[in-house]
Amino acid sequence: MTAIRLTINGTQIADDVPARLSLADYLREPRNLTGTHLGCEHGVCGACTILVDGEPVRSCLTLAVACDGCQVRTIEGFGSDPVMTALREAFHRRHGLQCGFCTPAMLITAHDLIRRGRAASETEIRLGLAGNICRCTGYTNIVAAIAEAAVAAAKGPPDAE
Amino acid sequence: MKAPAFDYVRPQSLGEAMALLAKSSGEARLLAGGQSLLALMNLRIAAPALLIDIARLPELAAAVDGVDRVILGAGITHAMIEDTRVPDPSRGLMPRAAASLAYRAIRNRGTIGGSLALADPAAEWPAVFAALDGEITVASPRGRRSLNCAGFSTGIYETQLAEDEILENVRIPKLSPGARWGYVKLARKSGEFANALAVAVADPARRFCRIVLGAANGPPIVLAAASQVLAEGRSDPDRLRGAVAADLDRAADRHFDDFQRHLNIVAAARALQQVTA
Ligand SMILES: Cc1cc2nc3c(=O)[nH]c(=O)nc-3n(C[C@H](O)[C@H](O)[C@H](O)COP(=O)(O)OP(=O)(O)OC[C@H]3O[C@@H](n4cnc5c(N)ncnc54)[C@H](O)[C@@H]3O)c2cc1C
Ligand code: FES
Ligand code: FES
Repeated sequence: MTAIRLTINGTQIADDVPARLSLADYLREPRNLTGTHLGCEHGVCGACTILVDGEPVRSCLTLAVACDGCQVRTIEGFGSDPVMTALREAFHRRHGLQCGFCTPAMLITAHDLIRRGRAASETEIRLGLAGNICRCTGYTNIVAAIAEAAVAAAKGPPDAE
Repeated sequence: MKAPAFDYVRPQSLGEAMALLAKSSGEARLLAGGQSLLALMNLRIAAPALLIDIARLPELAAAVDGVDRVILGAGITHAMIEDTRVPDPSRGLMPRAAASLAYRAIRNRGTIGGSLALADPAAEWPAVFAALDGEITVASPRGRRSLNCAGFSTGIYETQLAEDEILENVRIPKLSPGARWGYVKLARKSGEFANALAVAVADPARRFCRIVLGAANGPPIVLAAASQVLAEGRSDPDRLRGAVAADLDRAADRHFDDFQRHLNIVAAARALQQVTA
């Protein structure tokens, strides 16, 4: 076991972890943050995508021990973040999910695309989603929801100060 | 699946990492971005006893913008090149290649050093750095040596790296203002490994013209006849295709099937056209 300290969704945590434990399994089991899903465990499906130090990473290809000192943000940690709020509403309105297995990572990936200004067209959104597989929706409604949320996020909330 | 058990250590300096690797007698693997190694361990194809985490070593994060070349530390990620957060010696070729490589979440972690050391035949960097005539610095307790990127990989997942050596940086000559390049990656899906990959660079001011084929069932191939056509500045498509076909005939040891041969010729011809257009 190795001692680590990290911040998960704003809370500082000190813990002991075995070296072989992936960040995904660490979040899902001891930390009970089950919104992070595991599909393939070798980087291909994208279901485990979360933010480490603000950037999307595959939590199946990240070791918990290697995250000592890092800021981790999972789908549970977005609260009332305005871009995530716009995405949630747009996914709801546009039926951007069916079983929901891919959805947390789709939202996190979409959040990053909007943050980096890479959601300006359907082509750009589809390219940005190439690493997130959905077996249900056929992607059409996910892409439409992200396009809508990108427009809403650019305008800002109606009651913004 | 999950990775088998192993020990983990995160040295604080390159010197410490070299010492740990040297005394591990082949039982240890360096962990950079982990975007290939951890996948191979989860699939139980690799099972090292010890991982030496070099991802945060400051020596491997250095980027130096020199007079006629740029030096990029092995720990620089694909995303840093994509976003030009490090100097670009290639006038846009490297950011273009980086953006076509895997997916953003993987590019945020995966490093140029890891990609070169792994030497996956279908990877982008071995071909791109060979086309740019880059040099690799490798370091061990025995000292440092410099190796050409063209020729660094010696086979499928095989390189000139010795067991105790760490890839420290890549030195890439700067293209002149008038230089042109072509880059073609053919893959069934964006972000997948290439089915065919061609990188062409023409820098007449430095008298340098080279076209390299990646995804070549082995190390990247420098296409000599096609590079010559490029140097002559000709843009006749039939002549270009003929030269590429002649180069492929000389690479019979790669055993391309008809489909691969066709893809290779198409990729190389398109890359040459981008340069001469
Ligand atoms: C789904 C998926 C798709 C991908 N698609 C592509 C693609 O289209 N094109 C592409 O090129 N790559 C692709 N990759 C691979 C990716 O680019 C990896 O980042 C890269 O191959 C390895 O870099 P890394 O830093 O993650 O190395 P690691 O996985 O940490 O290490 C890889 C190997 O290199 C060794 N190593 C690492 N750093 C050094 C060093 N400094 N000195 C000596 N040895 C070292 C390690 O010991 C290990 O053996 C993909 C990966 C995944 C999971
Ligand atoms: S579980 Fe991590 S990419 Fe599939
Ligand atoms: S909604 Fe079921 S996998 Fe995407």
